[in-house]
Amino acid sequence: MTVTKLMKGNEALAEAAIQAGCDAYFGYPITPQSEVLEYLAREMPSRSGMALQAESEVASINMVYGAAGAGFRAMTSSSSPGFSLMQEGISYLAGAELPCLLVNVNRAGPGLGTIQPGQGDYFQATKGGGHGDYRLIVLAPASVQEMADFVFLGFDLADQYRNPVVILSDGAIGQMMEKVTFKPYQKPLTDKSWATTGKPPSRKRNSITSLFIQPERMEQHNQKLQQKFDRIRECEVRFEEINTHDADYLLVAYGLSARIAHKAMDLAREKGIRVGLLRPITLFPFPEQRLRELATQVQGMLTVELNSGQMVEDVRLAVAGRVPVTFYGRMGGMIFTPEEIEQQVETLVEKVYAT
Amino acid sequence: MQPDTNMTLPTCLKDEYEVAYHRPAALVDVNMHYCPGCAHSLVHKLLMEVVSELGIQDKTIGIAPVGCSVFAYDYMDIDMQEAAHGRAAAVGTAVKRLMPDKFVFTYQGDGDLAAIGIAETIHAINRGENILIVFMNNAVYGMTSGQMAPTTLPGMKTTTSPFGRDTKFHGAPLKIAELVAQLPGSYYVTRQVVNSAHGVRKTKQALLKAFDCQKENKGTCLVEIIGNCPSNWRMTPLEASHFIDEEMIKAFPVGDIKTPDQVERKITPV
Repeated sequence: MTVTKLMKGNEALAEAAIQAGCDAYFGYPITPQSEVLEYLAREMPSRSGMALQAESEVASINMVYGAAGAGFRAMTSSSSPGFSLMQEGISYLAGAELPCLLVNVNRAGPGLGTIQPGQGDYFQATKGGGHGDYRLIVLAPASVQEMADFVFLGFDLADQYRNPVVILSDGAIGQMMEKVTFKPYQKPLTDKSWATTGKPPSRKRNSITSLFIQPERMEQHNQKLQQKFDRIRECEVRFEEINTHDADYLLVAYGLSARIAHKAMDLAREKGIRVGLLRPITLFPFPEQRLRELATQVQGMLTVELNSGQMVEDVRLAVAGRVPVTFYGRMGGMIFTPEEIEQQVETLVEKVYAT
Repeated sequence: MQPDTNMTLPTCLKDEYEVAYHRPAALVDVNMHYCPGCAHSLVHKLLMEVVSELGIQDKTIGIAPVGCSVFAYDYMDIDMQEAAHGRAAAVGTAVKRLMPDKFVFTYQGDGDLAAIGIAETIHAINRGENILIVFMNNAVYGMTSGQMAPTTLPGMKTTTSPFGRDTKFHGAPLKIAELVAQLPGSYYVTRQVVNSAHGVRKTKQALLKAFDCQKENKGTCLVEIIGNCPSNWRMTPLEASHFIDEEMIKAFPVGDIKTPDQVERKITPV
């Protein structure tokens, strides 16, 4: 049955976890994501499974490891400083190829920073984050609806690729209230014969490990991981395009920034500047192919982020100098207005005409 | 004990002798990487003997640490997970909670459990996680070749305490068994030693008892085992054995520290 409710982003995400059949959630309080732990501690025991408050984010992520290794749908959530603490465990999860869902409701940093929304964890989420050579599938919601939708998608992708999936949200999307619709969901059947469920006499023992002490085996394992990341690059790119059909200029933004950029695009169009918006939904894999194509159509791109310029590096790599790519950002919990961004579009137009 | 079908005796001896001892079914028949005289191989064997004798090979999940026993899953023929350094108790928590009918144990050294993993260990025990923690205490970081551990004895020389452990500078050895026995979540806490036949038999009894306790679902069992590390103690196996008798067990007294009887008595209303 389809149900529509008015919910906070964090609560919609938590409700989706239950509906997605999450067996185990492990978490530790941190603003601005504590509602996830609170909601699941209240709702999970009677509905889908277990929510356990761990002694730290370090413990949470290793509990996720244990649960995922035993073949269960496992999840944790945190915000930036807590997510940093989890990086060791995330590297182990990626190395041992354990499917799980991780949520970072990004606040502004570095250090303890502030509890206000930020996008400073883009590098950490998309380039690996912990030690070693690995990637996470990164989904960036821009609405409360997507906070819910990406939980189902995230769990499914994690199972499909045996890889951790991150929902990289932010303090605003996590805290805002919007209407959200839950549709019936059927969990796909997944082969988890590798899980440590107790070795019956009929099969060999299962070992969950990221240790490959012989360099030849380590290289083989790394090559296998890289082939998987290539398959993900090929098959899982997701993005949203608005008004790109006739665009002369392109705004590139994700999450909260994309909502504000959308409004800025409308303001620019009112002034007669034909601006489009590309909103990456997967930050890894990144929609580089589509950006390359659009670079042959538009005259310039403006990337806006709530950081000092992180995703813009990936935009520039994709565009490879074909058109100017400018950047505008605010940091430390400060959020740009649509007017500020519209001004930056005009600056970009001037720059293009000057050259 | 199930007779091992792979066990062969020379034909001429078959009529006269019967098999009195053989490798436990749950112990993989490969050479171990442990140094001569090391306690790990012995304790691996004891653990798998217990698992085989209880007939729970198909219901047991082990959590291996980072340390010398990081390859435990190569030697124990059961499903296992290799945890990040110190985090075995957190990993074991999740495995047991999601599969309460299974037997779950962690196997950890002193660096893993008592230094980097002390928070996970104490909180798991404080929650009374129904798991067995096998704690191998040899007072030294073995795998990284002999650095000072939280359990290194006062005055003991290691590569990172080259002038001997100075308790004013480094702190005193952590007595893990006594520490966790204070927590309401612990159910059976004992310290054993494996440098004598008697000690080996007692250790096996302790492991059997701990697995038995897990059926009762009453809290965490911790079996601390004083082991030797001849390579990093810079001793022969025999000297290491004497060192255990003369030094180690003075600092770490052997015996039960908390037994289920005591727990039962405490919770009985006066």
